[in-house]
Formats: sequence, structure tokens, C-alpha cells
Amino acid sequence: MTTRESINNLKYDPVVLLEGVAKSFVVGGKQLPILDEVSVRVGEGEFVSLIGPSGCGKSTLFNIICGLERPDRGRVVLAGNENLRAVDTVSYMPQKDLLLPWRTVLDNVILAREVAGDDREKARREAKELMSLFGLAGFEKSYPAELSGGMRQRAALMRTMLAHRNILLLDEPFGALDAITRTKMQQWLLEVWNRFRRAIFFITHDIEEAIFLSDRVYVLTPRPARVALHLNINLPRPRRYECVTAPDFLAIKKQIMQALTST
Amino acid sequence: MIFRLINRIPVTALGIMAVLLVLWEAGVHITGMPVWFLPPPSRVFTALVEMLPQLLDHSRYTLLAALTGLTAAVLVALVLAVVMAMSPRIRQGVYPLLVFSQTIPIITIAPLLIIWFGFGIMPKVVVVTLVCFFPVAVSMAEGMQAADADMVKLLQVMGASRWQTIKLILIPAALPSFFAGLKIAGTYAMMGAVIGEWLGASSGLGVFMTRASHAYQADSVFAAIMIISLISLLLFALIELISRLTIPWYYNERRK
Repeated sequence: MTTRESINNLKYDPVVLLEGVAKSFVVGGKQLPILDEVSVRVGEGEFVSLIGPSGCGKSTLFNIICGLERPDRGRVVLAGNENLRAVDTVSYMPQKDLLLPWRTVLDNVILAREVAGDDREKARREAKELMSLFGLAGFEKSYPAELSGGMRQRAALMRTMLAHRNILLLDEPFGALDAITRTKMQQWLLEVWNRFRRAIFFITHDIEEAIFLSDRVYVLTPRPARVALHLNINLPRPRRYECVTAPDFLAIKKQIMQALTST
Repeated sequence: MIFRLINRIPVTALGIMAVLLVLWEAGVHITGMPVWFLPPPSRVFTALVEMLPQLLDHSRYTLLAALTGLTAAVLVALVLAVVMAMSPRIRQGVYPLLVFSQTIPIITIAPLLIIWFGFGIMPKVVVVTLVCFFPVAVSMAEGMQAADADMVKLLQVMGASRWQTIKLILIPAALPSFFAGLKIAGTYAMMGAVIGEWLGASSGLGVFMTRASHAYQADSVFAAIMIISLISLLLFALIELISRLTIPWYYNERRK
């Protein structure tokens, strides 16, 4: 059992550090501010969630971390090194699984390794050993169209994991799944995370999901997004799904709901 | 596989064709149309049987020109599509030229091809290539443009180069569209070769047709037309087969 303490005192070096990040888009000739001075950080091996109303700019924030967009103001530092490029430290799992329909599951999960120019056979061997952890054993040669929704998301997560990056950005990965599959996937994600201990930055608009999974939670305001609330989730780990009805859990949930509705 | 093929034989289409042939046969007999003007299907069929060795011999040349030209067209089209995918600026420069090239009627530049390449197989191959590359190039280029933008973004975050993105995402994503274009090109290929032969050649179905029409042997002309259709149909089936073997994932997905 590991109990994680507050990292407000910066016990861990942040692998993601965003300081005063602001971004606006020009829509129909008008400046539309999306992010308003957002500051967040994710420590090494930490699980941090970002909750916010839909359309509040969560995905824009991820695009900035990935290097797909540049912030208008503010600082983005990855792995403590301002010169480090996102492609070397960040692995991104979008909301859609984006598995390539023309590749088998095995060849899909090694995609990032292939792009990096690694030996394909070596990557395949490594992937085969992990298939059962990701619940995909026996489906190595299947095509994505033959998989269920949950399996597709697991394959997408495996692809993200196998990229061997320190930071995983997961953008509402379970958003499209039914409630039961979703609950299973959350427990399973914690197991996977526990094994690999990579930093996970997780976007969701499901409050319970965020509390259940995370060490810390940031709550964003509606657009333009600011951090409305920043909470440590000091629930003991490993967590079982029953804990969503515990008084501590409900107290946190109430606090987050208030933050979401009062802004 | 065999059963699937049998199931897919278009019974209705064959039925309609049989009815049309019967009407044609009856029409010719009732109106007493001269055979040199419009031969009945029965006469065409006899001509086909009689001339078969000769027709097959000529077909070899035409088919060779068609296949060579089609292959060249595919290579040219693929190179063009990939080059256009490398950057939007190249695309903006090349695409209008491609469209413009199609406004030139091939038949009008054919005499030039004879001047440049003589009476051998080369001018026929060039005609086929000119006719066939456009549908393939356009379908490939459009297919690459239509690739999932989020997949491209994903590769970008993985640090992929433009060429890696083309190789891993754009080309595979465009293959279904590519094969659709190739089927169109496949049906043009025989026609292109025959037109090339009309303009001057010593052998080939086009030559056979020219000679037959000069001798008012309409039945032989029809027989040649039947051979051309048959070969075009086989080409189409061959492309369909290659397509099924190359992109099985696409057919599986479509079935669902």
C-alpha cells in the first residue's frame, strides 16, 4: 500500500510545468480567449486529472503541452528542461482511439516505436509480452474493427504506453464507453499505472472518475479557463471501486461540484 | 470462395442482356437489314468462333500495350500523388496542371505520338498512360487528402516526419480510393490501346477492326468489340481481386 502525500511542497520534480499559460483564437474576426493564465504541474510518476465543463479549453491545453499549438503567453517546461521537445517526452492518447484500421493490433501498439526508428521485431516481442496485461492476448493479429470498444481503448493505451515517454496525456479516454466497461477500465488503468509508474495527466468531465484515479485534481472554470480549484486526493491506494461511496470521497466530490457550479 | 463467386454472378444483368440479344436477332430478321450494315448476334457469334485464333493473336499486342500503359500510369500517378502530399504548395502547383492536361483530347495529340515514337508499341503505351493516369492520380490524391486529420496529428506528436506520415497514414488510408480509381483506369486501358492502334500499327485489335470495317465486315468488327469487352471485364475482375488481397481490412470493415 502506498500513500501519496501532498506535492504542494514540491517533493517531486514536475515533469509538466505550465505557468500562466494563456491562449486565444480568432473566431469570426473576434479574439476568443480560451485559456486565461493557467498554471498546473504534474510530478514524476504522478496521476493528475483536469476537470472542466465541456468546451472550456482542456484539449487546447493538451495541444499546447504536445507542442501542436503555441501559447500566447506563459511558460511550458517539460521534464524540467526548457529546451526539451514534446515529441521526446510526451505520449498522447486522444479521445478517439485512432487505431489504424489497416494494421493489426500488434502493429498498432508499436506505432510510436516504429516512428522512432526502433527495430520493429524487437518492439513486437516487447509488445507480445505485455498483451495479457492489456487484456489483448490472442488478439495480436486481429484488426481494430474486430475489437470491442473497451479493447480498442486498451490497445490505444498500450500504444501510448509503449512509446516509452515519461508523460502520458490521456484525453477523456473512457468518454465513449458504457458505465460498466468504464468502471472496469478505471480499475485496470490504475493497475497499469502502478506497474509502469509514468506520470499521467488525465482529462475528464466525470468527477468520480477524476477522484477515483488521481493523486491531485485541477478544476477549471468555463471558458476562458482558469484553475478554479486545486485538490490533493489523499485517499489510500490501492483504491477499490467501493471507495466512491466512502464519506471522504463524497466530501471531495461535493467540493469539486461546488467549484464547478459556482464559477 | 468459389461459392461466393457463383453467388455474385449478376443473374438479372445476364437476363436483361439475353432479352436484348433476342430482340436484336429478331429485329434484324424482321426488317431484313443487310448483314454488312448490322449483323444479327448469331452471325457475330459465328464470326467470333471462326476468327478466334486471329482475334486472340491480335489481342496479345493490344493487351500488352494496355497492361504496360496501365502500369506506367499507376507509377506516374502514385509518384504525382505522393509528391503533392509532401507539401500544400507543391499540390497547389501540380493539381491544376493535372486537370488542365485532361482538357487536351488525347486523340488530337495521337498523330504527334506517331511522329515521336513511330509505329511500334510505344505510341499505344503512351496513349494508354495518358488516358489512365488521371483517374488514378486524382483518386489517390483525394484519398490521401481525406485521411483522418487526427491520425496525422497523432503521428506528429509521435515525432513523425512528413514522409513517415505519408507512408504510415496517408498512403494506406488512400488505398480504397486508389483501387476505385484503378478500376476506372482499367476499363479505359483497352480502349486507349485500341485507339492507339487505329492511328497506325501492324498488329492488334485496333488494326483488325480497321481492316474489317474497310471490308464492310461488320460481324468481324462486332466480334472484336466482344473480345475487347471481355478483356476489359477480366482486367476489372483482376483489379478487384488485387484490391481484395491488398486491403482485406477495408472489405472486412465494409461488411460490418
